[in-house]
Amino acid sequence: MLKKVHFSPSALPFLLVAPQIIITIVFFILPASQAFYQSFLLEDAWGISSEFVWFENFIYIFSDENYLNTFIRTIFFSFTVAFLAMSIALFLASMVDRIIKGVTVYQTLLIWPYAVAPAVAGALWVFMFDPTLGIFTYVLNFFGYEWNHKLNGGEAMTLVVLASTWKQIAYNFLFFVAAIHSIPKSLIEASSIDGAGPVKRFWTIIFPLITPTAFFLLVVNIVYAFFETFGVIHTMTSGGPYKATEILVYKVFYDGFVGLDLGSSAAQSVILMAIVIVLTVIQFRYIERKVEY
Amino acid sequence: MIENRPITTFISHLFLILGVLLVAFPIWITFVAASHDAVRMTQIPLPLLPGDQFFINLKMTLTQSIGGAGSIPTGMMMMNSLIMAMVIAVGKISISLLSAFAIVYFRFPFRMFFFWMIFITLMLPVEVRILPTFEVVANLNMLNSYWGLTIPLIASATATFMFRQIFLTIPDEMLEAARMDGAGPMRFFWDILIPLSRTNIAALFVILFIYGWNQYLWPLLITTEKEMFTIVMGIKQLLETAEQAPEWHLIMMSSLLAMIPPIIVVLSMQKLFVKGLTETEK
Repeated sequence: MLKKVHFSPSALPFLLVAPQIIITIVFFILPASQAFYQSFLLEDAWGISSEFVWFENFIYIFSDENYLNTFIRTIFFSFTVAFLAMSIALFLASMVDRIIKGVTVYQTLLIWPYAVAPAVAGALWVFMFDPTLGIFTYVLNFFGYEWNHKLNGGEAMTLVVLASTWKQIAYNFLFFVAAIHSIPKSLIEASSIDGAGPVKRFWTIIFPLITPTAFFLLVVNIVYAFFETFGVIHTMTSGGPYKATEILVYKVFYDGFVGLDLGSSAAQSVILMAIVIVLTVIQFRYIERKVEY
Repeated sequence: MIENRPITTFISHLFLILGVLLVAFPIWITFVAASHDAVRMTQIPLPLLPGDQFFINLKMTLTQSIGGAGSIPTGMMMMNSLIMAMVIAVGKISISLLSAFAIVYFRFPFRMFFFWMIFITLMLPVEVRILPTFEVVANLNMLNSYWGLTIPLIASATATFMFRQIFLTIPDEMLEAARMDGAGPMRFFWDILIPLSRTNIAALFVILFIYGWNQYLWPLLITTEKEMFTIVMGIKQLLETAEQAPEWHLIMMSSLLAMIPPIIVVLSMQKLFVKGLTETEK
């Protein structure tokens, strides 16, 4: 933690941590505690009067059918995105591990979407699936399927899942490549001498050994799907049609900035914070556990 | 590879090429759409091969306002994005270097308290505290300014942790030698710590630049004046006008322009970036 050899005490260390600490207090601790406080208040939309109502906001939220539906939808959405993005990435990573030539070329071509903003990814996919002009819409029409995500909630959900997954593959891919690469070659060789083919080797050697990475990625992907996909959803569907693609973060934003229901929005923020804290703790506990080769 | 079977190698390549096609197709389509004119972009089916209007569209998007009345040209939005991304990346790296230096190399009261305070910020992404943070920024009169866009996003637990980790691996003899030669703390910081962590700084810069450039929700809340719009949020404005008159060739050109700087940063620093990503966040 601290170096054995260190500088003698002075005011300097305080000056050094000051910028970080001041920003943390002003923009993190203060707003977070304010959200916490506000979640116990019932306020009118103009902020003139407010009343301390204890847990009423929370009780209201958890008895609100809309919120519960959004909650279930968010969980479904996050796990679908995490599962799809991770399986595709793992598949591609295990393929990259099997080849000798062109590894860098494939890697370069596969990491592009990492750099693309979620909101831009949304724009790309919404264009390809545009109900009148889109290329995929054209193909689907050709096969006799009428695509219109502006009216059909299920199709809208499919679309945001597609765009969110597409963007996340690159990230998972890099981690899986690194994880597979770090497995000692002697293990693979030993099992292949024992007669295990590529598929069997994957499931009995590689897959068990990369589970820590997979678990880490699962948490990261869920956090991504919970929070960062706001841009995807806002540009593509704005939570519609009829709230079919509204996830928790979107609802906090919508209730707070459009609906001006500050107490409810703050209470929702507090619930989200609790979720993030739980996820972060899980993530850190599992990172400590490393697999022994 | 263990066994040399041409068939499996071939299949691997085949699947990889499929994967690349899947991943690159949307980007290809964006490029194609950005290279046609308005008329072609309303005829079904849309083209799959590039047209000849690329540079005309590029010039138009960069210099003219295309997002309805009063909007600013995409070129200016890119400038805003660039400033935002640079300030966030450089700012995060600087304050994290300083605080990690203090925490590792000094013994002072509240050291652990500060450390945990920084740690907490890891758990509060901007998305969960939007409303109260917005209020703080509004009270400080920082709406519609570069300060408001960047400073609230600058505190970073991840970067502080990474630099702490790196500093801990630097041998103690370095400090002893430096002190023997009469170097003070800041001299040691500039002449020894910074040069030793140069590659990590570069790797982190890539990640943070992309983080800053790709911000969406935050600029959406903080900026109401069109002069301050960033390109990523400008896309949404364009999509909204597309409801009436779809000018997909210009929208896709803007999307392309929004993607290019972060893609260039990633590809030009690929090795460092991959190293930084897989080593810092774990």
